[in-house]
Amino acid sequence: MIMTVSRRGALRGAAYGALGAALGLPGIVLAVRPALAASALDFDELYGKISVLGLTFSDKVKALAGKPVAMRGYMAPPLKAEADFFVLTEIPMSICPFCSSDSDWPDNIVVVRLAKAQTFEQANALIEVAGTLEVGSWTDPATGFVSLLRIVDARFHAA
Amino acid sequence: MRRLLAALATTTCLIAVADAATVYPLDRATILAGSPFDFKVEFDAVVKPADVSVTINGEPAEKVLGKAPEFIEKEKGVEASAVLLRAVNIATPGSYKVEAKAGNETKAVTWNVYGTPATAKAKNVIFFLGDGLSVAHRTGARLMSKGMTEGKANGRLNLDDIPPVAFIGTSATNSVATDSANTMSAYMTGHKTAVNAIGVYADRTKDSLDDPRVENIAEALRRTTGKSIGIVSNTEIEDATPAAVVSHTRLRADKADIVGMMFEVKPDVILGGGSAYFLPKTTPGSKRKDEKDYIALFRDQGYTLATDKAELASAAGTNTGKILGLFNTGNMDTTLDRDFLKKGTVSKFPNQPGLVDMTKVALGQLSKNPEGFFLMVEGGNVDKMSHPMDWDRALVETIEFDKAIGLAVEFAKTHPDTLIVVTGDHTHGVSIIGTVDDNKPGPEMREKVGVYADAGFPNYTDENGDGYPDRVDVSRRLAVFSSNFPDYYETFRPKMNGPFEPAVQNEKKEYVANEAYKDVPGAVLRIGNLPRSSDTAVHAVDDVVLQATGPGADGFKGYMEQSDVYRVLVDALAIPTAKK
Repeated sequence: MIMTVSRRGALRGAAYGALGAALGLPGIVLAVRPALAASALDFDELYGKISVLGLTFSDKVKALAGKPVAMRGYMAPPLKAEADFFVLTEIPMSICPFCSSDSDWPDNIVVVRLAKAQTFEQANALIEVAGTLEVGSWTDPATGFVSLLRIVDARFHAA
Repeated sequence: MRRLLAALATTTCLIAVADAATVYPLDRATILAGSPFDFKVEFDAVVKPADVSVTINGEPAEKVLGKAPEFIEKEKGVEASAVLLRAVNIATPGSYKVEAKAGNETKAVTWNVYGTPATAKAKNVIFFLGDGLSVAHRTGARLMSKGMTEGKANGRLNLDDIPPVAFIGTSATNSVATDSANTMSAYMTGHKTAVNAIGVYADRTKDSLDDPRVENIAEALRRTTGKSIGIVSNTEIEDATPAAVVSHTRLRADKADIVGMMFEVKPDVILGGGSAYFLPKTTPGSKRKDEKDYIALFRDQGYTLATDKAELASAAGTNTGKILGLFNTGNMDTTLDRDFLKKGTVSKFPNQPGLVDMTKVALGQLSKNPEGFFLMVEGGNVDKMSHPMDWDRALVETIEFDKAIGLAVEFAKTHPDTLIVVTGDHTHGVSIIGTVDDNKPGPEMREKVGVYADAGFPNYTDENGDGYPDRVDVSRRLAVFSSNFPDYYETFRPKMNGPFEPAVQNEKKEYVANEAYKDVPGAVLRIGNLPRSSDTAVHAVDDVVLQATGPGADGFKGYMEQSDVYRVLVDALAIPTAKK
């Protein structure tokens, strides 16, 4: 009864699988990583200690601050289809915190500020974001949105 | 017929002229004598102060309310005038007709101000709120937990021995459909309000924190008694239901402000999730937009802090009498995830207590007060799991909720001056229609749905007798469906890898089926019957069944509005007009 695969892993696996199937290349997508100088960073690697009284950034995140990184995840639907600012989530957002008062962002979101505006990618589609990692609390002056981790000067493509 | 039409035309015409203004509290409001409320009249146009007249039972409002209302020529963002008077009260029970006039605009409403008896029937009230608790949740929990033989249940839930005493109407002031904010607010204030609003009437200005306030039960108890107050929930403690015990906002999403209001009231016991809104924004994991550190603020007020099950157990022995227990940054995990599957956020927060642990500590602490207490216990995950149609989690949550009720029933045996109320805040469109039997022939899951005689009985087991099924993924399990849904993949199976997320949003802001479930064997796409803006299944408008036992329970009867429930509570406790 106890499953060893984490749910997020399973969902991600399912998404990779679906994408692989769509490309007619079942099973090989997991191995593909872009040829960038960027270091790959996983959602599981963002935080070291997680507690009710707060999280601490992982050593990897601290080491990569200010450096190029690449992350895979899902694009939460932004307020506008064409946007230079969006939220990257580990799993597809089933709720839209921008749209409803009864919803809330997950803990481990990453804010992405694009080098130039790009069009929204389907919520069911995995994307890869590359850019420079910014670490630490920052409040967006336009929206008041508080973020802890950002990938700036970024671009993204379907993973 | 012609005469009727003519009469209708006249009436409609009259309404158009006469109903231009809005008076808060609204018509037919029921108000506890002595309880503070904000009085507001919103006119439809800019009017001159000299043209405004507000009377109560024919006398100037100032004379009845003790203060002159403030005239606002133009409200912020509105091309219209208003009259506002904050924190007034009416000490004498009776019917009060309020008439507001300004030129052609006129509006009349009637309030019923009620008193309470001189002598209390109950010293303590324990209010169990199963969020979204519907009849099917009770039935499903019983079948899963106790089993059934030859059509008779093999055992009884604790709530099976608490008499159902009333049907409760849950509608909001602005809609027949409803949410947990306005519903719990009605229970906790005696006033109905609008969807998303808590402890206020929803006015027309944009500011969510300026709406006309009404007193909640925590404030009433602080104002008039020395009773202790406890709030327990397995959701974020600043989520709508627990928030309604203590706070005032037009928007339940004002969670950071709600924590501040909770701090103002200082309930003696606060146990739940949602620590993210207690942390200053510079602390990673915080969801605040300011530097306020409510963990430190509560500690400075003498609260013992608990962040996991072990700390909760040691906090139970605290001498300070005040406990703040926060066990997750967000909503706490479900019983099924916490104790069985280890999914959700259990890997991050492995030692979260359950509703039973929390209720036990709260009762132990609050019952030390010789003056009595009010405890609200929310089984919040019943709703959190019913929205995404994760019925296995919702039913196991109901079993744990029932176990918490069992503690209260035991407590009442030695403390017979305790009123226990068990109710939902709204219902879900959920029904159990039979079983899903993996051993029925064929590859198609719908052919494995057993209905009528083909359903038989589910084969859950409870070998260790803990009241929970040993596993939910048995071969013949309950078939549970929602009357309403977004596009989603129906898998006919328990979601063993974590709570179900049926739909995700696309670039057109429409919710589409979450393809993560597409490849589950037997999954079928169900095209939704809800607007594409709905992310999950929605609340039902069906009545809630309220159950109650103990002194004062006889106040519940027949059909009642949600706001009527408050009167029974304050009646049982005989909350006086002012401190005795």
